[in-house]
Amino acid sequence: MTVTYLIRRLGAVLVVLAIVTVAVFAITNVLPGNAALMILGENATPENLSALERQLGLDRPLLVQYVDWVGGVLHGDFGMSLRLGLPVSQVVGDALVNSLSLAGIALAGVTVIAIPLGALAAIRRGTLADALIGLFSYVGTALPEFVTATLLLVFFARPENPLFPAGGFVPPSEDFGGYLYHAALPAVTLGLILMAHISRQVRSEMSEVLSSDYVRAARLKGLGEGRVIWRHALPNSLAPAVAVISLDIGYLLGGIIVVEEIFAWPGLGRLLIYALQNRDLPVIQAITLILAVVYALSNLVADLVIAKLDPRVRYA
Amino acid sequence: MRRILSSPNGIAGSVLLLIVFAIALFGPWLAPYDPQLFHAQNRLEGPSLQHLLGTDQYGRDLLSRVLNGAPTTVLFGLGATALGVGVGSIIGVIAGVAGGRTDGVIMRILDGMLAMPELLFTLLIVTFLGGGTGQALLAVAVTFTPGMARVARSSVLSVRTREYVLAAVARGESRAWIVFREVLPNAIGPIIVEATIRVSFAIMIGATLGFLGLGAQPPSTEWGLMVSEARQFMFRNPWCVAIPGLAIAMTAMGFNLFGDALRDAFDPKRSHG
Repeated sequence: MTVTYLIRRLGAVLVVLAIVTVAVFAITNVLPGNAALMILGENATPENLSALERQLGLDRPLLVQYVDWVGGVLHGDFGMSLRLGLPVSQVVGDALVNSLSLAGIALAGVTVIAIPLGALAAIRRGTLADALIGLFSYVGTALPEFVTATLLLVFFARPENPLFPAGGFVPPSEDFGGYLYHAALPAVTLGLILMAHISRQVRSEMSEVLSSDYVRAARLKGLGEGRVIWRHALPNSLAPAVAVISLDIGYLLGGIIVVEEIFAWPGLGRLLIYALQNRDLPVIQAITLILAVVYALSNLVADLVIAKLDPRVRYA
Repeated sequence: MRRILSSPNGIAGSVLLLIVFAIALFGPWLAPYDPQLFHAQNRLEGPSLQHLLGTDQYGRDLLSRVLNGAPTTVLFGLGATALGVGVGSIIGVIAGVAGGRTDGVIMRILDGMLAMPELLFTLLIVTFLGGGTGQALLAVAVTFTPGMARVARSSVLSVRTREYVLAAVARGESRAWIVFREVLPNAIGPIIVEATIRVSFAIMIGATLGFLGLGAQPPSTEWGLMVSEARQFMFRNPWCVAIPGLAIAMTAMGFNLFGDALRDAFDPKRSHG
């Protein structure tokens, strides 16, 4: 992996993000009704409206507004929330931390469970265990998050004797156990689809690798089966799994919107739904941009990990 | 078709899809009750002989509602995918055939659109268009367009340098002939496979929008909306949320399995079995 490769990839990410800022700005500006109308309500007089528009700078040409907005964003200033009366960066910052930690818990759990599961299915190919893992992965991919979440609530959060809380949040700094307790159901919901994807991918790669020449050679050399699997087969099956994980970050970020809304988790997703319902444009812009940045960066990291895991990968 | 039916996944997918299509076609006709009729005496009941799958919070028959929701849900998935695949393929084929600067510009714009997670993109568009089934369908179609354009483009690129295309160029065939008679028929396989799998995503996103109140509106029997409306009562009668939820899962799984089997049939080398 060369430095030029890294710089080139970073450059591509920056170009994409620049396009995203234009898209976000364009979409939020074609939304019916501007910020001034949102603040004053439907019954505002035209005089009040134009006065506030001038005050907020909405009467300037769109290009000037765009440059102004991007300039602010680059300094970490996303403007003021129209509804909450707080700087957007402050509102969004806390939510971002809560979302990332929830996604992190889900992703860690998934990786720890799904990779061995997929490997097991490949090793025990054609057995009942393989069939069950396969069935699980198909059912998992076909359940939208809101269905999984609702079913989990029905089973584990019955009001009479709840095993887990039906929603809410405890700051980890106050009570880490309580925090994990509240994160359990949302994290499982988020993880299910990913677990299905990743275990299926690892299984298909692993079964290919297990029938390859170098694994046969390792076996003929007289290496133990454990060593063949752990040292030879599994590492070579992981690069595609990482590729799938990086694609799944997209699902994860989409899923988090629904899951946070259902479980009342105070993250970006819940904030986004609130902002969309209330047409809080600066908040919508900030969250969309942040999610796009997270998505782009995680794809970049995944590419680098793949290049590291698989020496054959030399991107042009 | 025979190759699809040779794998267990293919058989399972075909059977599921047959059931789903049968229900979508004949469901409203098979339903024992009017899906909007209130049975005030039997609210939130579990399955019984009178109501085979039980009743919801207004005493409406769940079986009848699920059967009536099938055409809405399946047509949504098919419609949104068809629109997204159609527009996406046209863009992708143009980019792939034109190459050069046109290709570069189109691909950069698509990259920008793909840089947003799908559900987020859909939510932004629905907010812009306003809630409703038609708007949700359009939003899902727009969201699918860049991804489909990519698949179509790479499919065209992989065909474009094949010998039979070069031969047609050497014969001096017209551009239209080359695109429509040589390139497209050979590039369409991956597009069909991708489209089939995407129907299941479309159904899941459509149901999610219905659930969030941004898609189908009450008293529609769209399955996502049914789950959302019954959520307040899910502890008193879990069937209200479980039945439409499982209906969504079954439909999505049918399209997934069938799509995977289709991929293996088109490309025997890449076996998932």
